[in-house]
Amino acid sequence: MTNSKSTLWVVACLVFFLCGTYAFSQEPAAPTNVTAKDTPNDDGSSITITWDAASEDSGVVGYKILRNSDAGEFEEIGKQLDANVTVYKDKTIIKGKTHAYIVRAVYDNETSMYSAQTAAVKAKGQWFHTGKVALFLAMLLFSAAILWNIYHARSGKEVFVRRIPGLEAVEEAIGRATEMGRSILYILGLGDVDNVATIASMTILGQVARRTADYETPLRVPCRDPVVLNVVREMVKTSYLDEGRPDAYNEDDIFFLTNEQFAYAAGVNGMMIREKPAAIFLQGQFYAESLLMAETGNSIGAIQIAGTDSEHQLPFFIAACDYTLIGEELYAATAYLSKDPLFLGSLRGQDWGKVVIFAGIIFGVSLEFFGINWITTLLQRVS
Amino acid sequence: MELFGIWVAAFLTLCIYSFLYRDNPFYRFAEHLFVGISVGYGIVIAIHQGVIPLAWEPLSEAVSALWTEITGETTPEIRSALWGLFKIIPIAFGLLFFARLSPRHNWLVRYPIAILIGFGAGIAIPNMLQANIFEQTRATIEPFGAIGPFVDVPPEARLSALDIFGAILMVIGVICTLTYFFFSVEHRGPINWLSKVGIAFLMIGFGAAFGNTVMGRLALMIHRVGFLINEWIGSFGALF
Repeated sequence: MTNSKSTLWVVACLVFFLCGTYAFSQEPAAPTNVTAKDTPNDDGSSITITWDAASEDSGVVGYKILRNSDAGEFEEIGKQLDANVTVYKDKTIIKGKTHAYIVRAVYDNETSMYSAQTAAVKAKGQWFHTGKVALFLAMLLFSAAILWNIYHARSGKEVFVRRIPGLEAVEEAIGRATEMGRSILYILGLGDVDNVATIASMTILGQVARRTADYETPLRVPCRDPVVLNVVREMVKTSYLDEGRPDAYNEDDIFFLTNEQFAYAAGVNGMMIREKPAAIFLQGQFYAESLLMAETGNSIGAIQIAGTDSEHQLPFFIAACDYTLIGEELYAATAYLSKDPLFLGSLRGQDWGKVVIFAGIIFGVSLEFFGINWITTLLQRVS
Repeated sequence: MELFGIWVAAFLTLCIYSFLYRDNPFYRFAEHLFVGISVGYGIVIAIHQGVIPLAWEPLSEAVSALWTEITGETTPEIRSALWGLFKIIPIAFGLLFFARLSPRHNWLVRYPIAILIGFGAGIAIPNMLQANIFEQTRATIEPFGAIGPFVDVPPEARLSALDIFGAILMVIGVICTLTYFFFSVEHRGPINWLSKVGIAFLMIGFGAAFGNTVMGRLALMIHRVGFLINEWIGSFGALF
């Protein structure tokens, strides 16, 4: 009898304890460990708020963030965050003001629990992004390789450049246009002035303009971007001046057409059909209009030399043009055409960079194979 | 009105398609209309999305804040708006582009050009280095972390035979293609052999991209022909 009474007591206590524990676990709790810190490595335009994750059975369905400015009233900002979120970056701060935050946990029974208020934080911008140190060092090494090779090339030592058929055809194309008494059409593509392919294209144009200045061949350049137009006019004018032929330079031959992609293609196609240039250069960044222009140039029998780093447009140029500069050949073109020690040294420096990548891949693959992954970790950190 | 729009769109579509036959007055009309409208539209967009929000509004706010500051009724918000006055510097550099219109002062245009190209190259080069070199090198190496016999990889993370073949092929392709782009070395012997394999890889890639893009373009043409058949020819009933 005593034993059965004791057993009942034990069972009752156990049931009471379990029920209590369950009830306690379901009780709404406020978010804990809420911190607000200035976001590192930014321009001082955000504050990052973090808090501890609620347990899966807590009943939290989301979080809302409340913010005040300079110790004023708290107001909700942004949308409700998912229950699994524990970090929020507030990008709507008012620069120069201090902000404090409260995280409100929203429960499935429509109740809410508010965290304690964080310390007030003022966002500050950083001059240096510490996460990009490896990238910076890589840039320094790469720049040093280029500078060393430029120095080497300028000291009079010969720098070998392998044959690039597309660039050997430049002379042929200009000569053909001169003999036929027709113009040369130079298309820079759709890139803006800060696009690497456009910059490369403009430097090639500078070299082409030197030849056309010598031969007095009309050079027509329809531009899509007004800033590119201004740069191109300066470059071509300088080329004509360098060749001692400022009188042959005609500013009206370098003109703004339109900045809309297919209107530009329609305008260029019309020019090709009506002016029938003997040589067409398509150098720069291109998109879907590439085949429209290359095919029209092909139909009028012009010699076409294309070059782009847009990998999706290269197949069309290879199919429709006489010569195509593939990717980096476009960047190598200036060195190849001008034989200037500055560009030749730069080209050789780039090759050194490729040797490093080459070695890095073989070394990295070998290390990964043996389970050592510090190269991928380093690259991931940089990325 | 909708019917009118359909007929205008169909007429212009046919004008542009007439170029497939030869250059003709209809194509020229559509071409000039397209170029003219796009330039006008571009100017309006540049004014509404560039000049007004980035130059006019901040500057006018800063000027009115300056006036308030002078008259003595200042607040921290007004003081912070005064920073907008610094926008005069980039605006002034931008205005130098108009120096092109004066033969005596057109040399001034070199300053904004130098700034633009300097900024452009400065922003583009690290991004290209990161996206085109670091990221791609990592992606080429990383799969081998799940292949090696000395690596303790959970069964679900193990690569299939096809994935392993793909990873090895990727390394061979990257090394051979990279060899093709060595410019300061003569392509003879093993370098020539590797670069030829690299060109083969490039051409296979271009072939795949060509087929993929042609399919996309055909889809665009089908959409346009669909418009002519369904909407334009379909609208004949409403007219006649």
